[in-house]
Amino acid sequence: MKAALPRATALKTPHLRPRMRPGSVLLPVYFILLMLPIYWMITMSLKTNEEILAGFSLWPRAVTFEHYREIFTNPAWYSGYLNSLTYVALNTVISLVIALPAAYAFSRYSFQGDKHLFFWLLTNRMAPPAVFLLPFFQLYQTVGLFDTHIGVALAHLLFNVPLAVWILEGFMSGVPREIDETAYIDGYSFGRFFFRVFIPLVRSGIGVTAFFCFMFSWIELLLARTLTSVDAKPIAAVMTRTVSASGMDWGLLAAAGVLTIVPGALVIWFVRNYIAKGFALGRV
Amino acid sequence: MKTRNNKAWFLVLPVVLSVAFSAVVPLMTVINYSVQDIIGPDQKVFVGLEWFKEVLRDPDLHGAFLRQLIYTLVVLAIEIPLGILIALSLPARGWKASLSLVLIALPLLVPFNVVGTIWQIFGRADIGLGGHLLASLGLNYNYATNPLHAWLTVILMDVWHWTPLVALLCYAGLRAIPEGYYQAAKIDGARAWAVFRFIQLPKLSGVLLIALLLRFMDSFMIYTEPFVLTGGGPGNATTFLSIYLTKLAVGQFDLGPAAAFSLVYFLIIQVVSFVLYTVIQRTTNPAAPRQDTP
Repeated sequence: MKAALPRATALKTPHLRPRMRPGSVLLPVYFILLMLPIYWMITMSLKTNEEILAGFSLWPRAVTFEHYREIFTNPAWYSGYLNSLTYVALNTVISLVIALPAAYAFSRYSFQGDKHLFFWLLTNRMAPPAVFLLPFFQLYQTVGLFDTHIGVALAHLLFNVPLAVWILEGFMSGVPREIDETAYIDGYSFGRFFFRVFIPLVRSGIGVTAFFCFMFSWIELLLARTLTSVDAKPIAAVMTRTVSASGMDWGLLAAAGVLTIVPGALVIWFVRNYIAKGFALGRV
Repeated sequence: MKTRNNKAWFLVLPVVLSVAFSAVVPLMTVINYSVQDIIGPDQKVFVGLEWFKEVLRDPDLHGAFLRQLIYTLVVLAIEIPLGILIALSLPARGWKASLSLVLIALPLLVPFNVVGTIWQIFGRADIGLGGHLLASLGLNYNYATNPLHAWLTVILMDVWHWTPLVALLCYAGLRAIPEGYYQAAKIDGARAWAVFRFIQLPKLSGVLLIALLLRFMDSFMIYTEPFVLTGGGPGNATTFLSIYLTKLAVGQFDLGPAAAFSLVYFLIIQVVSFVLYTVIQRTTNPAAPRQDTP
């Protein structure tokens, strides 16, 4: 850290951000460690099971797409992906739609019990799942939402909505209040102001929030597995079942694992600019 | 100043209702379990605080709690500084920045059980790259039988999975610092450390609070990854609180004690989170009005 920012180089760089020297070593090492397990999973998904078990090889000797073909042609597999994508998409949309007005309220107004309410929302991320799963199951079965996509989407609101409100509130607090006042003086109604003026201003916040909602809903397994049996069964649950049923089909498992990363990678590709563009507007 | 307006409740109402729908009934049910001895489907006896007393005396629980505490502290002590360091070293713009962001985010998008599976395979000496490399270096690495190796694997797995979250949040926070601050620092002849300490770190406190709280909550409730890796073993070595709790609730079907313990667990997380939240908010903007204590 001490060696960082030698003056000469700092003057040469067009933007005046201090260059951290350790980064030049740290980053490549970090990226290699980051990618190794993923590389290994991709490699395994392209090997035959015989090759995987026969011995160690750094890359597949005979590339096979057999595992992927199995996943894309067997409804037990691909329906898992469709189920997960459906409830994750539903959850992301609902989270954003209800969190946007709430975040606006928290960033612009003070009201009876606002601080308590905010922290109470956050506490819902903090319930240890093991024992709470049973009453969850009973509740969702009683109201007829068991094994439905919307049921899982609603259950995931529990941890995604508080986070969405928190992140969006940060972005909204970064938008000057004068903008609201000017719009009202110009005769905008609240609805028209909110949709026409305000939402475009916090676009990058919405992108980032959507990413986080997608991510946490996509990787969650315990609730999703508890609340489904057949019709809405998530891919992560399909993976655990099939593995224990057919022994260890390593290649298939690896292929399924690779495919769980793909949708998320697409999402992050679309929101990358929003993340780069100053996430923390109001939080800094 | 914020306008005082109780009509804002209408804007918050959908959030409150949707969260309360999933939050209130299960919580009440768990409280209900925690004060009853459930003998059969229709046979229940009210036992008061008996289960709470029992679980608080349980030596296995103390062990699991200690392991949990050490685990969370170690994981936070690695992930937060490492995440900040990575965010500082990432390129600021251009295609390299985009590519780095996408690559960094990849581990975040892997479902919990798949994370466990990836590392389970990766660490095996016979079919895994990591295990094979260590074995060829002459190390007798085996996470399934050696408690220390199991611990190292679980920590490495968490660092691999979650450091990107800290890095992404900090990276975005850094991008939001206006260039003027750096120019002022340069005029003053500030060293890199001073720039970090007096400009970047204070400006990052908001996102660091989010990162710290999320990582605290999630690591304190870690379940799936160590469960997939070794099932909490070898022995009890990686039986963290959630795994122990599940053993209690499902394995031994002791719903009463398990529920009582869940509530204690829940309370600990809330109290620690609240303290972190309040302390960080006060130290970073002392001018802000004091928070009310709920």
